[in-house]
Amino acid sequence: MTEVLVVGAGPAGLAAALAARARGAAVTLLDAADELGGQYWRHLPPQRPAARERALHHGWARFERMRRELEADPGCEVLTSAQVWAIEPADDDGRVGADGRLIDGGDRAVAGAAARAALVVHVLVGPVDGADRVARSIRPDALVLATGAHDRTLPFPGWDLPGVFTAGAAQALAKGERVAVGERVVVAGAGPFLLPVAASLAATGARVVGVHEANRPGRLAAGWLPRPWALIGAVGKAGELAGYAWNHVRHRIPYRTGSAVVAAHGTDRVEAVTIASLDRDWRPIAGTERRVEADAVCVSHGFTPRLELPIAAGCAITSDRFVVVDAGQGTSVAGVYAAGEITGIGGVDAALAEGAVAGHVAAGGSPTDAEISREMRARRTTTDFAGRIEASHGIRSGWTAWLDDDTLVCRCEEVPYGRLRATGDATCSTGLRSLKLTTRAGLGICQGRICGRTVEHLLGGDGGFADGVSTDRRPIAAPVRLAELAGASAPNRPEGHLRKETP
Amino acid sequence: MGYDVAVIGAGIVGAACARALAAEGLRVVVLERDAAASGTTGRGEGNLLVSDKGPGPELVLAQRAAALWPGTVAALADELGPDFPAVEYEPKGGLVVATTEQGAEPLAAFAQTQRAAGVDARVIGVDDALALEPHLARGITAAVHYPEDAQVQPVVATEALLASARRHGAEVRTGVEVTGALRDAQGRLRGVATTAGEIAADRVVLAAGPWTGEISSRLGAHLPVRPRRGMVLVTTRMPHRVFRKVYDGDYFGATQSSDAALQTSSVVESTAAGTVLVGSSREQVGFDDRMRVEVLRQVAAKALRLFPFLSGASVMRAYGGFRPYMPDHLPVIGADHRLDGLWHATGHEGAGIGLSLATAELIAAGIAGRAAPIDPSPFSPQRASLAPHLAEEAA
Repeated sequence: MTEVLVVGAGPAGLAAALAARARGAAVTLLDAADELGGQYWRHLPPQRPAARERALHHGWARFERMRRELEADPGCEVLTSAQVWAIEPADDDGRVGADGRLIDGGDRAVAGAAARAALVVHVLVGPVDGADRVARSIRPDALVLATGAHDRTLPFPGWDLPGVFTAGAAQALAKGERVAVGERVVVAGAGPFLLPVAASLAATGARVVGVHEANRPGRLAAGWLPRPWALIGAVGKAGELAGYAWNHVRHRIPYRTGSAVVAAHGTDRVEAVTIASLDRDWRPIAGTERRVEADAVCVSHGFTPRLELPIAAGCAITSDRFVVVDAGQGTSVAGVYAAGEITGIGGVDAALAEGAVAGHVAAGGSPTDAEISREMRARRTTTDFAGRIEASHGIRSGWTAWLDDDTLVCRCEEVPYGRLRATGDATCSTGLRSLKLTTRAGLGICQGRICGRTVEHLLGGDGGFADGVSTDRRPIAAPVRLAELAGASAPNRPEGHLRKETP
Repeated sequence: MGYDVAVIGAGIVGAACARALAAEGLRVVVLERDAAASGTTGRGEGNLLVSDKGPGPELVLAQRAAALWPGTVAALADELGPDFPAVEYEPKGGLVVATTEQGAEPLAAFAQTQRAAGVDARVIGVDDALALEPHLARGITAAVHYPEDAQVQPVVATEALLASARRHGAEVRTGVEVTGALRDAQGRLRGVATTAGEIAADRVVLAAGPWTGEISSRLGAHLPVRPRRGMVLVTTRMPHRVFRKVYDGDYFGATQSSDAALQTSSVVESTAAGTVLVGSSREQVGFDDRMRVEVLRQVAAKALRLFPFLSGASVMRAYGGFRPYMPDHLPVIGADHRLDGLWHATGHEGAGIGLSLATAELIAAGIAGRAAPIDPSPFSPQRASLAPHLAEEAA
């Protein structure tokens, strides 16, 4: 039986696991979080169930159905709190070519989906803070990567004050803990995600004093319908509830385009923010600044796909830095598939469709099979979404005008903007590796997950660096204790594919 | 316009050579395929060691380098000013320990030979070792303290040497790959063909580290430099609990070995930033740069034998690189006897950061036709120990 490993249990991963099971594969589904659902269906832990879960989540019934089906299925092993920390090539019975494809006896690359993934996936299972995580090394026939994306947040003076949240963190607190981040909250940044965040905050009792979209109406209209809240509907069915929630609160929440939080103020935590109007390139317009009292700020400027595992697996990445996939969601590496936000920021409907296709093909199916024709059509209709988001909400270069020399760019290593620039100017370095090691930006505990793309932009590397390095490559994909490393199971001798103990 | 010297490679050896040659008043261009410090230099720990070298020419080179570093660091800081990041030169000393009964005696005997060669190698008791490194494992059996060992941040040091070279008039061109030789009618090297066109130069200094094998072939005078892969683990920042460069006596055996198979030994040290670097591994796998978990496992297990407190430390990244390995375990520094105009500055294996300054001094003296402070002949491409390997390559 084909063994399919699915990494990431958000919408794309859940859909992939179900489709692979439907095609008869044995499936292991794992996620770093302690619950299934990913960022999108983040929810209260089962010990504290909420009667209103359904009202806070779009598609909740669908999620529950998917989760129940997988958890009840003896052919699907579900691992939560499972961190993939490394992917390495397997010393295979078949030989592996330079391109990572298996080579058969006649020295021909084995065609398409039939080739087995020549990789070992190293996993640590257990709470991240716990002392006794269990090591697993899995050698699947096919690997589906559905690792999603995390918030992209641009720095601004004061963004390191307590009370400034990424919109994703605020949303997670609202959805997962039912905690509002403040009483008077400003939501700012760019993209359709600002609206459901504002709606969630309002639902948990915060007063949202304003939503500030950096882009001006002209640019938004070019990508979306003239009414800004209508863009939620454009996401498709998945957006309906968030759109509904937003429609519910929009008469109380001012929505401003062409404006941004350009500074947060306070001593121990945020007390106020400065809001300014922006020109079309996001440069603050002098004289438009106004101060607004607030005890929390939620910021989102889009998403950064989590690419460390696809890169570790050897997958080709596009010039705009998503995983390259074919019509069956196959990556450039035999036996490795990708779905969801790592293939393009496309929202939940795209993730569900791509996940189903990936799972089906990973389990030996073909993209032309009748049982996934609906998903193949959905996949085609949602691919336009990513382009629209980029056209309407993509980051513009003028934002750097709101930085001070003292604004921290890398918070882990406390590198301020002024020093970052001065060091880059002093060394004249053209390589990102050298720039990181001389400025220390991106070398801290988050390994550039928060600041990486910002550092690249500020150091002038929008066209790439002379050493070809990007901040997306992290061979150690999650922190590992030295004792865990020392006990890491030897690769290529993985324990057997575990099944549920009770069928 | 022609140059007096074209230096191929902007790692630390190329950077040091460019600075030394530019300081001679020569017109220098540095040609780098990728970016400065993007190869071996940026993938090491920044070792400036005498402790791992037995009596012989490499030790003499290391001792000369150790004498040059403090003055060079001061000169660079003075020249480049406060906006330039510090090179983090730390004369912290090294502590080499044995973890087995069998390992104790050879460690002390090795130190004895080093002392005879002028190294400050102090055999100390286990209690004294624990006083120097209070978090060291209790089970060590012998220790030697080497006050002359030091550490530097290799990437900053390279950028500083290049910045200084520029101030002396050198040009640094990155993203330029050497594709072949320019020769005159007599066959003498007169420059290089590159991806950015032909560059005329009276002399060419090849400092391409593990890529020297390929580039020297393109120039028509192959040198058998091979890549020897190594990996380093980096922990998250923590309060300083490792004060010196601490390593297991096995390390010397690994550096001197010619075995292509994986060898690991433990080398542990803190950086100025508060991270702990954990090495090291050696294996010959060509230029395959994929991370292997088995290598990490062995390196981690051996480090815990030295510092058990690290068991809970989080490794947040790992990096690997390729050391320029010579089959006779000596760097190649000097004029190529087969191709007039070509000079070599390569093959330092894992010691290039430390040896860079002394290498550059030899190259600058050789090109200027001056006597060098140490005898350059053991490093010549013409040396007897290299001859069979050159013959083998030619065959």
